[in-house]
Amino acid sequence: MKGLRNLFTALAAVILGLLAGAILMLAIGADPIQGFSYLFRGGLMSAERIGNTLATATTLTLTGLAMAFAFRTGLFSIGASGQMLMGGLTATALALTLNLPKWEMLIIIVTAAMLAGAIWGFIPGILKARFNVHEVVSTIMLNWIAYWTVYYTIPAHFKAKFLETESARIPEYASLKVGWLTNLFHGSYLNLGLFIALACAIIAGIILSRTTLGYELKAVGFNRHAAEFAGINVPKNMALSLAISGALAGLAGATYYVGYATNMQIGVMPSQGMDGIAVALLGANSPIGVVLASIFFGILHSGKGFMNAMTKIPPEIGDTIIAVIIYFAATSVLFTRLYDRLAAKLRRRS
Amino acid sequence: MDYIVEMLNITKSFPGILANDDISIQLRKGEILALLGENGAGKSTLMSILFGLYKADSGTIRLRGKEVHITDPNVANELGIGMVHQHFKLVQNFTATENIILGLEPRKGPVVDLKRAAKRIEELSKTYGLNVDPWAKIEDITVGMQQRVEILKMLYRNAEILIFDEPTAVLTPQEIDDLMGIMRNLIAEGKSIILITHKLKEIKAIADRCTVIRRGKVIGTVDVADTDEARMAEMMVGRAVSFSVDKAPREPGEVVLEIEGLHVLSSRKLPAVNDLSLKVRNGEILGLAGVDGNGQTELVEALTGLRKVQSGSIRLKGVDITHSSVRNRVRSGIAHIPEDRQRRGLVLDYTMEDNFILEIYGLSPYSRHGFLNRKAIREHAGKLMDDFDVRAGEGPVAAARSLSGGNQQKAIVGREIDLNPDLLIAVQPTRGLDVGSIEYIHKRLVEQRDRGKAVLLVSLELDEIMDLSDRIAVISHGSIAGFLDPKKVTESEIGLMMAGAKKGELQ
Repeated sequence: MKGLRNLFTALAAVILGLLAGAILMLAIGADPIQGFSYLFRGGLMSAERIGNTLATATTLTLTGLAMAFAFRTGLFSIGASGQMLMGGLTATALALTLNLPKWEMLIIIVTAAMLAGAIWGFIPGILKARFNVHEVVSTIMLNWIAYWTVYYTIPAHFKAKFLETESARIPEYASLKVGWLTNLFHGSYLNLGLFIALACAIIAGIILSRTTLGYELKAVGFNRHAAEFAGINVPKNMALSLAISGALAGLAGATYYVGYATNMQIGVMPSQGMDGIAVALLGANSPIGVVLASIFFGILHSGKGFMNAMTKIPPEIGDTIIAVIIYFAATSVLFTRLYDRLAAKLRRRS
Repeated sequence: MDYIVEMLNITKSFPGILANDDISIQLRKGEILALLGENGAGKSTLMSILFGLYKADSGTIRLRGKEVHITDPNVANELGIGMVHQHFKLVQNFTATENIILGLEPRKGPVVDLKRAAKRIEELSKTYGLNVDPWAKIEDITVGMQQRVEILKMLYRNAEILIFDEPTAVLTPQEIDDLMGIMRNLIAEGKSIILITHKLKEIKAIADRCTVIRRGKVIGTVDVADTDEARMAEMMVGRAVSFSVDKAPREPGEVVLEIEGLHVLSSRKLPAVNDLSLKVRNGEILGLAGVDGNGQTELVEALTGLRKVQSGSIRLKGVDITHSSVRNRVRSGIAHIPEDRQRRGLVLDYTMEDNFILEIYGLSPYSRHGFLNRKAIREHAGKLMDDFDVRAGEGPVAAARSLSGGNQQKAIVGREIDLNPDLLIAVQPTRGLDVGSIEYIHKRLVEQRDRGKAVLLVSLELDEIMDLSDRIAVISHGSIAGFLDPKKVTESEIGLMMAGAKKGELQ
């Protein structure tokens, strides 16, 4: 019942977003049908493009899960970007330092990136729990601390041969890209991160709906006074929730910097951190919703370049569509009301 | 006879419930019509329809004989209908005047003319004997005064038809008397009033006629002067109701709770509980009487582990629990029916079944190795809902938010008694409930005592304390003013002690 309602809300937001895109295309004198057909073909028309769509969705799924997890506990974390950077920096550093067989490398790199993200999430968590520092403020500050840490660490210790602004290339034995997957999708960016993201979605779903941990976290999110009454340790759960959220974002960093990309650039705050908020919002904070929403955003991201190449529609239309969708997802109460009215009407008829 | 408001054949359904089933009520000009019914009977829904918050599925509303369509509260305002909600809708850091004019601010050029508004409010206040200071900030005035600001809000908008939704639920006895006086003034000035309530005493005291609603249907309308309380209660509940509590005498046993020299600070870091000592024994109900704000909340929070103790000790069955955690106290035998059921007692966004395991989700069979056992949880909820007569449209999977106040409270009482506690702390256990639910919850509390358990009853309702307690402790300024025997004491004696007199001074 609730799932159906969320699906309806999300679809309504998506359709309105696409409609807004169509109106904008008309306004600049382009043919929206043509525009959309190139947009979606750009995201889906070949194995390689599907692979790239999924590779983009991989990172978004993980940052989206990170956000959803914090939101469920009633915390508005916006620290996924910084946690991604710390996860990515840790992964890059290990990838360029260690030299072990590929599987051992990957297990160490992924675990370390996850831990780095978790620590970067735990810091605002402990600040919130101990000193009641608002997580929005502390996560923004930690984003910039991470940004400047990367800015100085990469050129100092891991720089590329000729360029000061990026790390050395990630060696093949340390990359999440694997030959069979790259070949299967004809040389796309798709990598093992996809399976990490899907596994995380399943685990997050199980934690939230089936475990006592999820029960505690949600109770704290819904009503912290009742959680206190029940003997639940509220500060501990807040810190834990932000740490888990950070761990997921740290994994996103690993899949992005040593999977999707071939090296780490300095001076870039990864936008996937913020996009995670949109993904979580559209996916109604449910793991399955996050996966679907990130695939959809993945299509738009990888299709917009193709649309621009084939028509005179600027790629920013793709971003505008996303922005409108976010707007409607944020005002979803309008659609839930509409849904309730429709459902009531249907019930009366039957 | 002229009717100023007629609601005819109103029907309104929500998912799972028929809230109003072909209801008709008629309000005469210049009368007080009481709308009596249990929680969840459909009174509030009906009034929300009249005020334009809900739209009826069918039925008509007539005002002064003319059919009207009230699509939203603004239309209701224009038609002269005003409502004082049970939970006030006031901006805490605004003055009374600012709150009252919100939405139709008088202007002088581009700025709000507060002075003119305040003058008019002062006049209104004088006419109706409200005694409101137009410049007082809401957060600085008492709940009773806040209610008067709400009344002024209606009067300022020239409302002729005034709806009061459970107006006495938040007031002290003295404030209730004052409110009755205000209502009489309003009628004398030609207003008409609909009073939603489930307190029979008040209806008897002030209403002209009373329409009784049960489970969404009108049971009947009676002239209050020719009807007694028992008859109205029977109409409301559907069976004869006993007002007195059956309680056999019982010798108290061993000491279960022992508090010595307790000091606790309030949230504003001021002393709230001062050197308080008391004992509660097996098989007795100790009633803690007192005026609101005399340290009851802080005492209960200290006992349950929600608030830190400054000094002194709390012992449960001889074991010191002064500094143990909430969970440890629950495990060692304390259960707590909290003062505010929606803030503390329930996670409103959780289902009922998830609320029933709030304190025990970590125990077998409700969870194993950190995984919840849905089947056991659902069975547990089904059993408690049957045992404690908790009614919800969708059963155990109904959202707690969707239940009526009475059913929410019964669920909490059920959950806490099911913990089989040695000490049950019940704070305002029947606040805002109807006669049927009150009777039921009182019976359960006495049952707990008869099973040889200890009950600490904290209540602002003197009747409740007098009816249920084996012993009464009066709290004043954070310490015990004295212990009394309910069989040998009068309400006025307790009242004096509540106001600060010591026991010896009463003679």
